[in-house]
Amino acid sequence: MTAQPKIEISKLAKRFGTKQVLSDISLSVAPSESLCIIGTSGCGKSVLLKSILGLVTPDSGTITVDGVQTVGQSRAERENMLQKFGMTFQFGALFDSLSIWENITFRLRQKQPTPKKQAQEIAAQIIQTLGLDGQVIYQYPAELSGGMQKRVALARAIADKPEILLFDEPTSGLDPITGGVIDDLIVNAVKQLGATTLTISHDMASVKRIADKVAMIHQGHIIWHGSVDQMYQTGIAEVDQFVNGHPHGPLTAHVQ
Amino acid sequence: MIVDIIANIGQTALKFFAATGRIALFTLHAVRWTILPPYYFRQFVRQLLDIGYYSLPVVGLTTLFSGMVLALQSYTGFARFSAEDTVATVVVLSVTRELGPVLAGLMVAGRIGASMAAEIGTMRVTDQIDALDTLSTRPLQYLVAPRLLAGTICLPFLVLIGDIIGVFGGYLVGVYRLDFNPGIYLARTLEFLEVSDVMLGLIKAAVFGFLIALMGCYHGYNSGRGAEGVGQATTNAVVSSSILILISNYIVTALFFG
Repeated sequence: MTAQPKIEISKLAKRFGTKQVLSDISLSVAPSESLCIIGTSGCGKSVLLKSILGLVTPDSGTITVDGVQTVGQSRAERENMLQKFGMTFQFGALFDSLSIWENITFRLRQKQPTPKKQAQEIAAQIIQTLGLDGQVIYQYPAELSGGMQKRVALARAIADKPEILLFDEPTSGLDPITGGVIDDLIVNAVKQLGATTLTISHDMASVKRIADKVAMIHQGHIIWHGSVDQMYQTGIAEVDQFVNGHPHGPLTAHVQ
Repeated sequence: MIVDIIANIGQTALKFFAATGRIALFTLHAVRWTILPPYYFRQFVRQLLDIGYYSLPVVGLTTLFSGMVLALQSYTGFARFSAEDTVATVVVLSVTRELGPVLAGLMVAGRIGASMAAEIGTMRVTDQIDALDTLSTRPLQYLVAPRLLAGTICLPFLVLIGDIIGVFGGYLVGVYRLDFNPGIYLARTLEFLEVSDVMLGLIKAAVFGFLIALMGCYHGYNSGRGAEGVGQATTNAVVSSSILILISNYIVTALFFG
C-alpha cells in the first residue's frame, strides 16, 4: 500500500481570457518529497503554484492536500489549510514597511500576540541559522542585497515550521555562488523540517541540488515527470532542449 | 453603422455597470472587514498619522489662502451694493459649509489617495498582497480597513482645523487689509454662524475621507502589472476620488438643504 500523497493535482485547467495556461495537469507529490517544476517562461508554473495556494481559482480539476479537497474551500477552511504552507515568492515579496524581524515573525504574531523582545529573539535565531548576522533583523528589506532578501524570505517561510514549502524561483537574479548557498540552505531547512517541497526553477544547477523529482510543463501539460537522475535521458526533445539549455529545438518557437 | 454605434454604447454601459458592481462589492467587503476582528491597531495609527497629521500643512495653507482670497473677493463684490459688513459672515459660512471640506478633500485626495494607490499597487505587483494571503492574513482587513477607518475619522478633524485657519485668513485680510474693526469682524463672524453649518461641513468631510481612502485602496488593490499599472492606478485614484468628492458634495448639501 502506497502512502497518501501530500499534494495531489488532477486534471487541473486554467484559462486567462483566450489563453489556455494550464490544461489537464495531473501531478502528485509524496510526503517529504522535493519536486521541481521546470518549463519555459509563461508556461503556467507560477499559476500552478498559486492554484495550490488558492490565490488563483482553477476552471476545472481538483487539488487535494493531505487528502482534503482545496478547490472551492470556504475562507475559514482555506486559512486552516494555509497553516501547512510556507512560500517564498520570486522577488521575495517582503513587506517594505516592516522591519526584518517583523517580516520573519509575521505569521507567528498573527496567530498569537508575541512580546516584541521574544519575537526579535525568534527572528534572530532563525536568521542566524541561515547564515546572516543577528543584527540584520533591525533593518528594512530595502536595505538588504538580493541574496539577503532571499534568505529573509526563506526565514519567513520556515519560521512557522510548515509541512509544505513552495519556492518560486528561489535563485533567480542571484550570482551562482549565492544561488548555491541558497540551495544548500533550502536543502538543510527542508531536511530539518521534514517538509514536502515544490519548487519552480529555471536554474538547472539548482534543480539538481534541491530536487528528488522533476516535472516539466509545456503547452499546459506535464510532458515529463521523473527522478532528477533520469532528467538527461528522457528521450523527449523538449525536455532535452530545456535541461541542456540548447538555443535551437522544439521549444524555441514557443519561447519566441 | 448604426448597429456599431449602439454596440459601442452598449459595451460602454456594460463596462460601467461592471466597474460599479466591482467597486460596490469591494466596498461591501472592505466595510465588513473594518467592523470584524482582528483589528490592526498599529496599521490604523500609522494611517492616522499619514492622513491626519502629515496633511495638516497642506490643508492649513490651502484654507488659509482661500479664506484670505474669499475676504478680498467678497469685499470687492459687496462694496458695489454697500454690503461690506457681511464679508465676515460670507467668509465663515463659505469656509465651514463648502470651501473647507471641498478644498481639504481635494488636497487630501491628491496627497493621500495617490499615496495609498501607489503603496498598495506596488504591494500588488511585487506579490506582497499574495504573501499576506499566504501568511493567513486577509489583505482587505490588514491593508484596506485601517485606511478606510482612518480616512473617515481624520478628514473631519482636518476640516475643523482648516475651517478655523480659513476664517483666520479672512480675519487677517479683513482687519489688516480692509481696515475692519477686529471686534466687529469677530462679532459678525459668530453672529450668523450656527452649529449646523459646521456640522454639515464635518459630515461632508467624513464622506470625502471615506471616498478618498476607498478609491485609493480600490485602484491600488486592482492595479495592473508593472510600473505603468501602478502609475495608472495612482492617476485613477486621484481622478475618481476628486470627481466623487464633487458629486457627493452636491448630494450631501441637497440632503441637508433648508
